[in-house]
Amino acid sequence: MKTVIVDARRLLCPMPVIRVQNQVKELPAGTRVEAICTDPGALNDIPAWCRINGHKLIETRTENNEYIIVVEVVEGD
Amino acid sequence: MTKQRKAVALISGGLDSLLAAKVIQEQGIHVEGINFFTGFCVEGHTHAIRQKDRSRPKRNNALWVAEQLGIKLHIVDIIEEYKDVVFNPKHGYGANLNPCLDCKIFMVKKAFEWIEENDFDFIITGEVVGQRPMSQRKDTMPVVARDSGAADRLVRPLSGQNLPVTLPEREGWISRDGLYGFNGRSRKPQMALAKQFGLEDYAQPAGGCCFLTDAQYSVKLADLWKARGEKQYEIDDIMLLKVGRHLRPKPHFKVIISREEGEGNFLHGYRKEYVALSTVSHAGPLALIEGEVDSADIELACQLVARYSQGKAEAQVEMDVRHLDGTHQQVSVKPLSSDAIPQAWYI
Repeated sequence: MKTVIVDARRLLCPMPVIRVQNQVKELPAGTRVEAICTDPGALNDIPAWCRINGHKLIETRTENNEYIIVVEVVEGD
Repeated sequence: MTKQRKAVALISGGLDSLLAAKVIQEQGIHVEGINFFTGFCVEGHTHAIRQKDRSRPKRNNALWVAEQLGIKLHIVDIIEEYKDVVFNPKHGYGANLNPCLDCKIFMVKKAFEWIEENDFDFIITGEVVGQRPMSQRKDTMPVVARDSGAADRLVRPLSGQNLPVTLPEREGWISRDGLYGFNGRSRKPQMALAKQFGLEDYAQPAGGCCFLTDAQYSVKLADLWKARGEKQYEIDDIMLLKVGRHLRPKPHFKVIISREEGEGNFLHGYRKEYVALSTVSHAGPLALIEGEVDSADIELACQLVARYSQGKAEAQVEMDVRHLDGTHQQVSVKPLSSDAIPQAWYI
């Protein structure tokens, strides 16, 4: 399964959401996007964006003060 | 079969835009939200940066509003295009560097472009006649409709009954009777309508959502423009204006000093792009120098930063200077006393 990395380090919300949103628009269903963020707000905002827009949240995790959010693109956006 | 009409609502995350979208949704219109990010949005930023605010729950109110309404939200980065609004507002600034009327015209214009590209029928905003001194007056609200190009495709459901009939009303897509006639600065009608819709949890009504309406922030931005000799900024500049103490000991440089751990962590992310100062012998803040500096300037900046460390009463404080080329220098300085820092240095 293809995974695209979105580097959203140092960006404050909503920029990480915008980066994910713009990347998702370009990708076919089933592709995964892994966003790497330093703003902890992304842990709430990207999952909220997924719920609103019908994409699948695969996981969120914290590694070395970075927040990783993995999203799977769902058809129909 | 009747065509399903579609509207896009400007969603700020506040109560008015939430209600406006809800009113139109209730009339059977398919509504989606649009939120424009200018870089000056207050929401979340200081919250994300400052350690002391982290204990409060963090949410993006525009996303939250969209979720409550069950609508999609399109967040649009307009940082670059928005600069012209900030630099050259045709209708001038408000009390600070807030170009509210030009801002509203610009956002409605962008929304109008969006509905044309996406085959939507009209635009919704949460504007209320008489609510804001610049952009929401009886005489300026028609200017927004006219100058944005949206004209009668712009519907303000909360004040619709006080305003001329719009295309969606004329065509029977929505009913004028289902709109409201709110007027003035009172928030009571909005709160009553929220209650009627069963909405109890919403962002503080009428809260400022833009740093440009903040007097202190505007002073810092004006100082930045003056120091650079032109109205210009990049996104990092406007983020840094939100953080720390800003002092300008000389016209050609300023020092940004963190006030607590969260700000220190945030400034740490910029240490490779600015000369960065930190205390070694005592606990203290992280600071950045903006501007081209020589060794005397750096020493003065170190004395200033030492003043805000736990060694402020000591004869000497050891400092680390990280230069732009990545090299480090150890400097020993006598902290400035508080009366040696002129008030004029504080931005």
